[in-house]
Amino acid sequence: MILTWLIVEVFAGGILAWISGRWGRLWPRVISLLTLSVHMVILIVLWVHYFGPMSATPHSPFVIETTHSWIPQLGISYHLAMDGLSMLLIMLTNFLGIMAVACSWNAIQERVGFFHFNLLWIVAAIMGVFLAIDLFLFYFFWELMLVPLYFLIGFWGYENRTYASIKFFIFTQAGGLLMLVAILGLFFVHGNATGVYTFNYNELLGTPMSESTARWLMLGFFAAFAVKLPVVPLHTWLPDAHTQAPTAGSVALAGLVLKVGAYGMIRFLVPLFPEAALDFSNVAMGLAVAGILYGAVLAFAQTDIKRLVAYTSISHMGFVLLGIFAWNELALEGAVMIMLAHAITTGALFILVGDLNDRIHTRDMGRMGGLWQTAPRMGGVALFFAVASLGLPGLGNFVGEFLVVLGTYQANTTMAVLATLGLIVSVVYSLWMIQVAFLGPNHLGWKLPDMKLREGAIMATMIAVIVWFGLFPQSILATARQSITNLQQIVATTRPEEKTQAPVDAPNVVLPDEWEGP
Amino acid sequence: MLHLLFLVPVLPFCGFVVLALFGRWLDRRQVAAIGVGSIGLSALFALLVGFDFVIAPPEGDAFSQSLWTWINVGGFTPHIAFYLDSLSVIMILVVTVVGFLIHVYSAEYMEDEPDGYARFFACMNLFVGSMLTLVLADNLLLLYLGWEGVGLCSYLLIGFWYTDPANGRAARKAFTVTRVGDTALLVGLLLLFTKLGTLQIQPLMQLASEHWVVGSSITVAAAGLLLGGALGKSAQLPLQTWLPDAMAGPTPVSALIHAATMVTAGVYLIARMNVLFTLSPVIQTTVAAVGAGTLILAGFSALTQRDIKRVLAYSTISQIGYMFLAVGVGAWSAAMFHFMTHAFFKALLFMGAGVVIVGLHHEQDMFKMGGLRKQTPLVFWTFVAGSLSLAALPLVTAGFYSKDAILAGAWASDAGGRWLWAAGLCGALLTSLYTFRMVFLTFFGEERTPYHLKPGVRLLLPLVVLAFLSIVAGFLDLPRTLGNQPWFSDFMHTSLPETKEIAGSTERNLQIVASLVSIGGILAAYYVFLREPGLVRRLVITPLGAAVHRFWFVGWGFDWAYDNLIVGTYVWVARANRADVFDLPIRAIALINQAGHIVLSRTETGRLRWYATSVAFGAIVAVGIVVFVT
Repeated sequence: MILTWLIVEVFAGGILAWISGRWGRLWPRVISLLTLSVHMVILIVLWVHYFGPMSATPHSPFVIETTHSWIPQLGISYHLAMDGLSMLLIMLTNFLGIMAVACSWNAIQERVGFFHFNLLWIVAAIMGVFLAIDLFLFYFFWELMLVPLYFLIGFWGYENRTYASIKFFIFTQAGGLLMLVAILGLFFVHGNATGVYTFNYNELLGTPMSESTARWLMLGFFAAFAVKLPVVPLHTWLPDAHTQAPTAGSVALAGLVLKVGAYGMIRFLVPLFPEAALDFSNVAMGLAVAGILYGAVLAFAQTDIKRLVAYTSISHMGFVLLGIFAWNELALEGAVMIMLAHAITTGALFILVGDLNDRIHTRDMGRMGGLWQTAPRMGGVALFFAVASLGLPGLGNFVGEFLVVLGTYQANTTMAVLATLGLIVSVVYSLWMIQVAFLGPNHLGWKLPDMKLREGAIMATMIAVIVWFGLFPQSILATARQSITNLQQIVATTRPEEKTQAPVDAPNVVLPDEWEGP
Repeated sequence: MLHLLFLVPVLPFCGFVVLALFGRWLDRRQVAAIGVGSIGLSALFALLVGFDFVIAPPEGDAFSQSLWTWINVGGFTPHIAFYLDSLSVIMILVVTVVGFLIHVYSAEYMEDEPDGYARFFACMNLFVGSMLTLVLADNLLLLYLGWEGVGLCSYLLIGFWYTDPANGRAARKAFTVTRVGDTALLVGLLLLFTKLGTLQIQPLMQLASEHWVVGSSITVAAAGLLLGGALGKSAQLPLQTWLPDAMAGPTPVSALIHAATMVTAGVYLIARMNVLFTLSPVIQTTVAAVGAGTLILAGFSALTQRDIKRVLAYSTISQIGYMFLAVGVGAWSAAMFHFMTHAFFKALLFMGAGVVIVGLHHEQDMFKMGGLRKQTPLVFWTFVAGSLSLAALPLVTAGFYSKDAILAGAWASDAGGRWLWAAGLCGALLTSLYTFRMVFLTFFGEERTPYHLKPGVRLLLPLVVLAFLSIVAGFLDLPRTLGNQPWFSDFMHTSLPETKEIAGSTERNLQIVASLVSIGGILAAYYVFLREPGLVRRLVITPLGAAVHRFWFVGWGFDWAYDNLIVGTYVWVARANRADVFDLPIRAIALINQAGHIVLSRTETGRLRWYATSVAFGAIVAVGIVVFVT
């Protein structure tokens, strides 16, 4: 029941915000903020209850589950379930939702009610994606998320918004269509093999099928998730969409929409088609490394600061893809950690760029320079997130990237070593961005108001979260652990020859739990 | 007392947080009080802890303290934990004490800065905290945290005067070049964990010596990757190019980061992981060879610089070359001893140079200085003390004892020891020459630029203290031939392997040769640069002399090669592909659709005749297909 409430509350809040837009501009903002804040409190209570230090380790895969019959003739049910992985991602969605509302507080002045309706529906639909366990329901939420996002970019975006929103829509729609075909294919394959026609994820796991069928179905899912993630060369919608979207839209895109792709791979793609995914893993890891390096090189080449940040996403999500296809505990935990940390870092950078754009009305880095002089707080915050995004230890992104490359090293050494080159090129673009925008002489003589209280509060929260992720990542990693173990078990049962965690040539190492000096 | 260890790195971090968050609301006195005070307290606790450690050594000569579990995933459990043994005791003492003196100096030196006083101290505190984390880390991941932290601070402080793009360029260069080495180190971490199942340094060393065979390929790979990290951070060949440019930062930064502490991180890493390097003789010999090569190349470059800070920068590269040489030949405690004495005299020389530079209205060209010994006698005498120590004047300076220990270690080494010793000796001659070239050009001769600064006590006190240490620190480790009181070596040997001994008579002969070279170098510098300056001038205007001079001046062309081969290519590729080649097919699809749209909409003319013709034509084509194809 609580899961239904989690989704319905946000949908309802969105409708209310739209209606309240008639009463004034402040109402939708306040209603959205309240809706999401209440929601956040509920989530934190749930988190502490199920995953806090006092809670018992759950044994079943999901800690909360809700099922209702929906279209029984077709084996479709309304089936929501939550485990540690979805818990974390929902909290992230909610958190970024609050940040998106807060950063649009003054920036959005037209059709405020409809804007917040769209924003909340994106958040709600994404939560639905993270909770849906019935494939039909999953696809429903998957598609539902696109429409408000399309409006968000199309209505409130920048100069080239129509092009960007259509491109985004066509790309994701094409990918989604392939996934729908694959879902239906899986539905029939499973029905033919067992006589039970169902969209239930738990039952579809371990469906017997021929190697080539599995490969094609897997590729169908991969197409949809790869567009969202995005995987090079399917990424070209992203720079346009991110750049043209309003700040809240960019936050939602970078922070949430990309994560949906990664989540889909972890939850559905690999567990449903373990063998096919294993066969495909070298290709996927190759694409991941290509993405890491290609995104970084292109980020460096950009002159539009928002586009630069957008390309960095491609680079960072490459690490996530790498971790998913390395498929061991270290790599998967790392992938989850990057998903969270990247969402916040990149979200913060987009908010910051948005704040900057509100002041100087340009995203062209050629028209910036020396802004530290006039807005040192903005410079400091930008520097912090640039440094977080280049993977400075002690901040969240590093933990994720390190665990991913560590896990990948055990699965595929070459790919891991190539991926570490990403750490060098990320320095190049991050520092270049800071240099061009904030350092150097203030040659255009900008005089800007520095960060205000609202902007400062947003940034302070996000900084605190990234530091927390970096120094105490265990609270996050522990939450995700049980679901990752469960997913690994599902996969391991169908991959009998799968190598275990321990590397082949490791000596029999027996370590003391706590090492107390020599 | 030992349980207060965590305060040593934590206090500077606290200083950083306070200054970063509230710096803009504090006045300069408060900023200085927090910035200097946090390091002062840290130094105090380091002294207490170090004192306690020496008086009552803990069981096993090591103490560890775990604060919390950082990560616990899949058998990978690094803690936020500190490990104190004699190696880290020396490191934290030098870092905090020298760091404290430099902070005191900075409080006055940076006072005239129009803005950024708080930013400066925040970064300096963050640097000291990171460096202490690096040397106290009980696992390699935490070490890596400190390692990257000092890199970041280096970036922030080199680019402190951010309005000049050249400073930003130097800062980015430092971060990027060292990051290349750091990435090698990171891969080394991946390898070590994958093969041995832990990153905790002490168990790791134990496991490595139990499971790995001397000289096996795995040890070569592991030690080689760690060496890559050390080369970057310690500015050794071929990753040394960032350090001379790093002089773009304020002088106290050069003193603290680019001379006394951070750049020695590579030496510390190799010393800390000595088991691994001992297991891999090939790599250890490479370390020695790199050190020997670097110290000579950098020595020649130092000899040709005009900028006093660049002389000191090349000198730093060269002196760290000595430390690499030392760890490469297994003279572990000698390397640490040279690290300590070098920290004293190099910090002193940089800070002395800082006073001179400010006094001459930010003039850094030595050929525009001169005659300063009368104007600022105290700076002159302390500077001379540091220079004598750097040039290793026999018996009375600290540099003599530490360099002597390295040369003896090199001589004793099996792997081409005589050659390494000869390289070290050649470097010693170069050191004397460039050091006293600097002294004579700056403080002797005629006055070329008017001097105006009256340094206050906060500028002078650190100079005096460091001058004192540059002289007397050598007596901590008297060799067998001269008193035989190796306190320092004995203390280091509780955590580092013993150094191979050589015969007493050989050692005495080596000392005599080294002494002659040192004194000879100073006298030669006096003759060539003060008495007969025309000699050099005539030499460098010959075509060959000019070419060689130029080549040494630009640091043997490394920058040129990197800029053209790597940076140039990268920038070219990035720019060429700015429009993203993968977007082209997508745009092509859109264009084809648009073209189709235009063509097809042309067909909708509204004329009945046209439609009728189309229908007829279509029918004919359809019938034709049916008839001819089937």
